[in-house]
Amino acid sequence: MHGIVGYGAYIPRNRIKVEEIAKVWGADAPSYKKGLMLEEKSVPSPDQDTITMSVEASKNALRRAKINPADIGAVYVGSESHPYAVKPSGTVLAEAIGATPDVHTADLEFACKAGTEGLFLVLGLVKAGEIKYGLAVGADTSQGAPGDALEYSAAAGAAAFIVGKENVLAETIETYSYTTDMPDFWRREYQYYPRHGGRFTGDPAYFKHIIGAAKGLMAKAKIKPIDFNYVIFHQPNGKFPLRVGEILGFRKEQILPGWLVSKLGNTYSGSSPLGLTATLDISKPGDMIMIVSYGSGAGSDGFIFKVTRRIQEARDLAPKTRDFLDKNKNYLEYGVYAKFRGKIRKAE
Amino acid sequence: MPTPSRAWREFPQRYRLEAGKCKKCGAVSFPPRLVCPVCGWREFSKTKLAENGKVLTYTIIRVPPHQFADQAPYAVAIVELSDGVKVTGQVVDCDFDKIKIGLRVKFEFRKMYSEGEAGVIYYGYKFVPA
Amino acid sequence: MREVAVIGVGMTKWGELWEKSLRQIFVETALLALEDAGVGRIDSMYIGSMSPGLFIGQEHIASLLAEYLGKIPVPAVRVESACASGGVALRQGFIEVASGLSDIVLVGGVEKMTDVDGSEATYALGTAADQEYEGFHGITFPGLYALIARAHMARYGTTREQLAMVAVKNHDNGSMNPLAQYPFKITVDAVLNSVLVADPLRVLDCSPITDGAAVVILSSLSTARKLKKPLIKIAGSGHATDTIALSSRKDITWLESTFQAAQKAYKMAGKKPKNIDLVEVHDCFTIAEICVTEALGFFDIGKGGEAVQNGLTSLKGKIPVNSSGGLKAKGHPVGATGVAQVIEIVKQLRGEAGQRQVKKARVGMTQNMGGSGGSALVHIFERI
Repeated sequence: MHGIVGYGAYIPRNRIKVEEIAKVWGADAPSYKKGLMLEEKSVPSPDQDTITMSVEASKNALRRAKINPADIGAVYVGSESHPYAVKPSGTVLAEAIGATPDVHTADLEFACKAGTEGLFLVLGLVKAGEIKYGLAVGADTSQGAPGDALEYSAAAGAAAFIVGKENVLAETIETYSYTTDMPDFWRREYQYYPRHGGRFTGDPAYFKHIIGAAKGLMAKAKIKPIDFNYVIFHQPNGKFPLRVGEILGFRKEQILPGWLVSKLGNTYSGSSPLGLTATLDISKPGDMIMIVSYGSGAGSDGFIFKVTRRIQEARDLAPKTRDFLDKNKNYLEYGVYAKFRGKIRKAE
Repeated sequence: MPTPSRAWREFPQRYRLEAGKCKKCGAVSFPPRLVCPVCGWREFSKTKLAENGKVLTYTIIRVPPHQFADQAPYAVAIVELSDGVKVTGQVVDCDFDKIKIGLRVKFEFRKMYSEGEAGVIYYGYKFVPA
Repeated sequence: MREVAVIGVGMTKWGELWEKSLRQIFVETALLALEDAGVGRIDSMYIGSMSPGLFIGQEHIASLLAEYLGKIPVPAVRVESACASGGVALRQGFIEVASGLSDIVLVGGVEKMTDVDGSEATYALGTAADQEYEGFHGITFPGLYALIARAHMARYGTTREQLAMVAVKNHDNGSMNPLAQYPFKITVDAVLNSVLVADPLRVLDCSPITDGAAVVILSSLSTARKLKKPLIKIAGSGHATDTIALSSRKDITWLESTFQAAQKAYKMAGKKPKNIDLVEVHDCFTIAEICVTEALGFFDIGKGGEAVQNGLTSLKGKIPVNSSGGLKAKGHPVGATGVAQVIEIVKQLRGEAGQRQVKKARVGMTQNMGGSGGSALVHIFERI
């Protein structure tokens, strides 16, 4: 048996409402709120980035895993907003949690699925017996171009998973990845903001790959939608995950515990991972959970987990996802938000 | 202006709160030292700072040094940790009017500042309400 | 140990001296001191300056200034102890004359702070704190003293108004000092409404950025007698260190280094607080003056604020503090401050303080402090 031994979340406390952004750009807030089912999103403070959130989420995962961090053999951080273009986020994280120097580290990138990529890799390494424990983090402080549709959803957050063979709280049942080359959303080197293909990002991109991964995973595992307690999909907006769930034959009740986007925004590499931490927070022993991520470019990683008895002890050892999401929120005006996100041109 | 090597040397303290405990009198030094400030002894064991504490005194910096120019105003406090060690650090994620002597706080890993757009990013600890 | 006298003093107007360089400011001032002393020859020079390296990119100023004063090959050295650099220069000069190694020593202090902008100056001043465990976290000097102020106010009930009264009193005195940077009065209201710098301290709680120098000439008492000068001897000298970081102090509101240095000075001089007629203290921030008067033993712990409010430290009070206007009104070219304090005491003891004269001043004290109290120098002067 191998699987998740510890998990942790971190979401900054700042928020900005859709109306506040729409007001500045003269857009129609109600249509964003209704059309995309978005209300507000998280905003990192200037002293937060992918690395700081990864460290805090990982510390929460360690609190639940109750292991010696020196036993972590691999640390992977998946993000599309790594603070450096060259110099890993993973080494700062590994150093901060005390996993260095006996550790393998890599930074991963694949639009919004970089977080589950890390999970895919550590599960394989642990299963193969190459490492005792592995840490995979999905974290982002992604930017949407000012006035662009993505500005309403691009948010910040991190989710961390420690994987191993002992004291597992969610056993890995099956994994499957579905990938094709697809220019639906991209950012060139030295460009500040990403670009996207508008409606091209829908059916041929998000839907095709999530459906492909989910169907392939369920076929491989020989499990049907009705057999799952919960399912989590990547959440670029509120509508897409509910619609793809419906298409695949899932009920809303299976999707909702991991559906955070309307109050969180799209945390990119943290999106489905945070949906998973939120689901684990309320799960019970024996629950079957499927998570399917999506990264533009494009691909989906799918995982099926079965929750063990250990969830009862581990769940309360660190702050829950909804503690970060619902409590102690600090609402920003657009000006402060733009200052925090470095969108205001300053003197050299 | 710090250099990368100067900051790197302090990583065990700034990233993991590593301190030194005097083998003779038990006093904890942060950062670790060669000479115990209480009894003068020269042998220490490795320890870590407690994660929680309370604010002893605080201020709001409104005229910052230039590397913190964008962050002002920000709160700085001297915090007394539950192990008795006193540490200076910023208090963040807290409205200024909620900060007071006795406020319970805990450590959080944050970005301190970076050397412009192209320089190194320095990470360290700050305090958030517990 | 021989007895040491102050035989000459020199000081020029302090302020933002755009037209003058560091070497110009120092030499002009030193020439005045030498003239006042009536001596041509000196045996050595001690110059206090916190950071010519950071302010003007110049180190090795001892040789630079010895040369520009026309005194090479005389031994000269720059000493540094943050804002106590001037006090340390005095102490080292005192020790050299007292030891018998030299007979006449020039002790000066100088700082040229306006060749960098405010933000750079704040950074340079901040290097007096622990860079890795205080500076790294964004603390500034006003910030450190604000931490002390808030703790003092919470523990002893010192009020915001009492802090303001320190600045008002010092400006009252400074308005009578023609060499002061800000020779005008201010009101408590003006202080309370000035811009916040580091809560609860405001702009008018803080000493300014200043260019300036101060120089005194020391000699053995026997030489002083020959020169037929008013005899002002250095009766006591004390110097002590404390932790560099404020957070390492046992009691954040107590200035232990000042207390220790004062004890040594009182002992050497055979004096007690009640014997002191006036004192120049290091009011880098209003709260500092309050804490210093407690550490020097003039008031009980925690009662320094009340004392200011009751007028005990005004020019006509029980113990006049900062008759010169203090750092607040006179200015604070960092390295020069410790020496300028001596000049005020000497003028007072000579009866040359004009409108600021404290009647029957015979025994005066100076207290100079570095950083948030990491170093302190206390000297006692007596007219004999």
